Amino acid sequence: MALDDQKSGFKFVGTRPERPDGLDKVTGRAKFGADVTATGMLHGAILRSPHAHARIVKIDTSKAEAHPDVKAVVTRADFSDKVEFKPGLAGEFWNVLENVMAGEKALYDGHALAAVAATSALAARDALKLIALEYEVLPHVTDVDKAMAPDAPVIREGAADYSVPKGLHPNVVRYHESGHGDVEAGFAEADLVVEDSFTTEATHQGYIEPHACLAQLGADGKGELWCSTQGHWIAQKTCAALLGIETAQLRVTASEIGGGFGGKTTVFIEPVALALSRKANRPVKIVMSRSEVFRSTGPTSSASMDIKIGMKKDGTITAAEGIFRLQGGAFPGAPGDMTAMCAFAPYDLTNVRQVGYDVMANRPKQAAYRAPGAPMGAFAVESVLDELCNQLGLDPLEVRLKNAAHGGSKASYGPTYDQIGLVKTLEEAKAHPHYSAPLKPGQGRGISCGFWFNHGGETSVSLALSEDGSAQLMVGTPDIGGSRASMALMAAEVLGIPYENIRVTIADTATLGYNDVSHGSRVTYASGLATIKAAKHAVEKLCERAAAKWGIPVDAVKWEDGCAVPSGPNAGDFDPRPLADITANMGATGGPISGHFEATPEGAGVSFGTHIVDAEVDPETGKTAITRYTVIQDAGKAIHPAYVEGQYQGGAAQGIGWALNEEYIYGEDGRLQNSIFLDYRIPVASDLPMIDTVIVEVPNPGHPFGVRGVGETGIVPPLAAIANAVSNAAGVRMRDLPMSPPRILAALKASDA
Amino acid sequence: MTLKVHLWSGLRALTGGAQVVEVEASTIDGMLRELVRLYPALQEPIEAGVSVSVDGRIMASDLTAPLRAENEIYLMQRLRGG
Amino acid sequence: MSKLHVSTKVNGDAVEFLCDPRETLLDCLRDKLNLTGAKEGCGTGDCGACSVTVDGRLVCSCLMLGVEAEGKEIATVEGMAEGEELHPLQKKFIEYAALQCGICTPGVLVAAKALLEKNPNPTEEETRYWLAGNLCRCTGYDKIIRAVMDTAADMREAS
Repeated sequence: MALDDQKSGFKFVGTRPERPDGLDKVTGRAKFGADVTATGMLHGAILRSPHAHARIVKIDTSKAEAHPDVKAVVTRADFSDKVEFKPGLAGEFWNVLENVMAGEKALYDGHALAAVAATSALAARDALKLIALEYEVLPHVTDVDKAMAPDAPVIREGAADYSVPKGLHPNVVRYHESGHGDVEAGFAEADLVVEDSFTTEATHQGYIEPHACLAQLGADGKGELWCSTQGHWIAQKTCAALLGIETAQLRVTASEIGGGFGGKTTVFIEPVALALSRKANRPVKIVMSRSEVFRSTGPTSSASMDIKIGMKKDGTITAAEGIFRLQGGAFPGAPGDMTAMCAFAPYDLTNVRQVGYDVMANRPKQAAYRAPGAPMGAFAVESVLDELCNQLGLDPLEVRLKNAAHGGSKASYGPTYDQIGLVKTLEEAKAHPHYSAPLKPGQGRGISCGFWFNHGGETSVSLALSEDGSAQLMVGTPDIGGSRASMALMAAEVLGIPYENIRVTIADTATLGYNDVSHGSRVTYASGLATIKAAKHAVEKLCERAAAKWGIPVDAVKWEDGCAVPSGPNAGDFDPRPLADITANMGATGGPISGHFEATPEGAGVSFGTHIVDAEVDPETGKTAITRYTVIQDAGKAIHPAYVEGQYQGGAAQGIGWALNEEYIYGEDGRLQNSIFLDYRIPVASDLPMIDTVIVEVPNPGHPFGVRGVGETGIVPPLAAIANAVSNAAGVRMRDLPMSPPRILAALKASDA
Repeated sequence: MTLKVHLWSGLRALTGGAQVVEVEASTIDGMLRELVRLYPALQEPIEAGVSVSVDGRIMASDLTAPLRAENEIYLMQRLRGG
Repeated sequence: MSKLHVSTKVNGDAVEFLCDPRETLLDCLRDKLNLTGAKEGCGTGDCGACSVTVDGRLVCSCLMLGVEAEGKEIATVEGMAEGEELHPLQKKFIEYAALQCGICTPGVLVAAKALLEKNPNPTEEETRYWLAGNLCRCTGYDKIIRAVMDTAADMREAS
């Protein structure tokens, strides 16, 4: 992709103006998923399985249907029967459908079985009790290692794809293996080899806004959907497939989104609301309860991992091997392949081998959580590296610097790295006052590196100029982190008009071309790149108008500081023409002026981070206090630094929760025990210190201004950095997350014995 | 032109052990089709989704991207974000 | 079941509505009065996104029944600004980027306002513990705490 670059000398990019949607958000005016109503609206409620695994023998909805307040009841039969089952991820629409509404089996505690639409939310809730179900309860399995064992209950036959070696349990649905060199030879060269096993439990993205939608679908196959989503085009095509309607006939509008982090990149309730609406011929609103969110949306995978790393006395890593087993619920999709590819990615290794398994279990269908799969692997690998450093008496930062990947290194997953910022983040960490600050007794320090790929994805952007010289920018990526401000900054930079004169709108599926989801740290990169291109397209047209007016060739006109100017003294002596001047009569000089850009940009640069954490463990209670936290991460180019800092801090906070307290707890009966915020404990304001941030900028050659995605990398280092800090503070190696107080006390006790 | 395509080690089972495959093509699309022509078993993984790294730059989906003989080309499993 | 009639005051305005006895104050604010600033994040009083004040006291409106609002004075985020003039906290939150997705922001603002009315000079620890009932998943609380404390300083100086 030919990109004329600007990597410095910015006028707007890099400043910190107020975000355009700030007023709406601080006054309560902004409309999130549940904040809308429609005339004649009904309320939907979903009946969910209380069993972890059961054959559905009979569903009798007749009593519910007979109730005067109930206007529609749906089951799986009300969805398209043309959606085909295919193994692995090829049959993703079928997997989503099976998850959205159970077929023959209830596959996890919370699996949707049927739904009603009634005249009030309370009536809908009451009506669920009128649906009679007969189950044949089956044995269940929720642990990843147990789900791979020969005697494990089979979730589904035939879901394994081409990659799975013969002889594995049918619950193993995908397999990944990669690497290079000769790990056995490498281990033989090492002065010390550490081999250890680690586990992480499933966690939830924990967005404060439960899923909510308002759907309207007519018998004519035309529909409207309002929903809280990270990607309304994906919602559009998925819902269309599941409802058996044409994609373009469904218009999806994204509400403001109260957090997503990857968990709202797919659909759960939206197809159900549409199906109910079609049957009732009225709009249907569905809002999930918090308990439903935990039980029935998409938490992360849980992981069981074996790591072996060999190191010489001088700190050189001679070989590294990792086996990563992840369960992703009752469907293919656990990102064992991502875990495997990212785990050793920060290091320049001659001998490396990684294996990733995607395993099914009786749990909800996993969804992405920031950098899906990467945090688990980093936790395991960075813990072993720390152990090697401790045993060999080496400084953990120096060892990472010694082995760090750099431009020209062969990545653990194969290709040669282009320019990357890992070394710079490590050097900043080394120089940072945090790294040399003295520790008090009972405190420990941990560091970790982290890596993530980042993503391009289908992008369409439109920019329309108004006659008064202001501009409207239409993007298709829901604003999950303050991206409207960054888009306006990039457009302002190109157009040369003030940031305040640009209004950014998140367009709906009917008013803009296709857009991939707001995920993969792609918004500032891809929508940003498209914004720049669309603005340049508009600028070309503005220059054409000026050239025509001056009677000179168009290549004799350039755009400077928001004005068309002659490109040199030979072009002619004309006063600069500001944008507003040209647009004032654009209708008469060739028509309205818009710029647009549609493409699937490639070249999203990879991004690295290093975190430094200080922790204090109370040996009596096992409680961990995080006393200091520093995030150092490469952003390529920070368009709006305050929102980049926000991503770093948010990722760290989620990592702290995942490391110390958050976990899905399943009972013997396979039911989720902690489905509310009281028992699923995310960090609160009193748990955390201020989180310091350092933005490193090693420009990404693939973006006009050098942008690298920042949203996800921040969650990769914390698990390991905190585990290392806690292990150093407590004097015992912690191998299982979360490191909750009971686990720490047990580890302390075991090491005393 | 002759391209050298590196496969991830898990695909060796489908290519009779080869981890680097030479194909005649000039775009990503052409390269993928040639791989399937030479090793039909590669159809499933390619359809399941692959990204292609070209000189360290990861192309998630652009079939039209041109390829040259001197490019370092790695096939990778399709990347998914969150 | 018949609905019950409730008369109450919200943000200084006298209002009335009919509600099912099982409906919470949060349901009533949102569904009867169209005041959707307060959000339901959990329904169990753990996230604070539904924070309002009732007769000056900070409460989770999801833990109160609509019928209990009879005769009370309720303040929501919609009442924080005076016409065009935002409350200093609202201005500071925008300036400091103390919000990302914004879903917790109404609750945090109501809670922070209640804090500063009670304690105009809170320490960082006091601020963090007061806001411990307001969950935020996006920001890690750093910019929120800074915004509240700096607003407190501004307000002390102005008075």
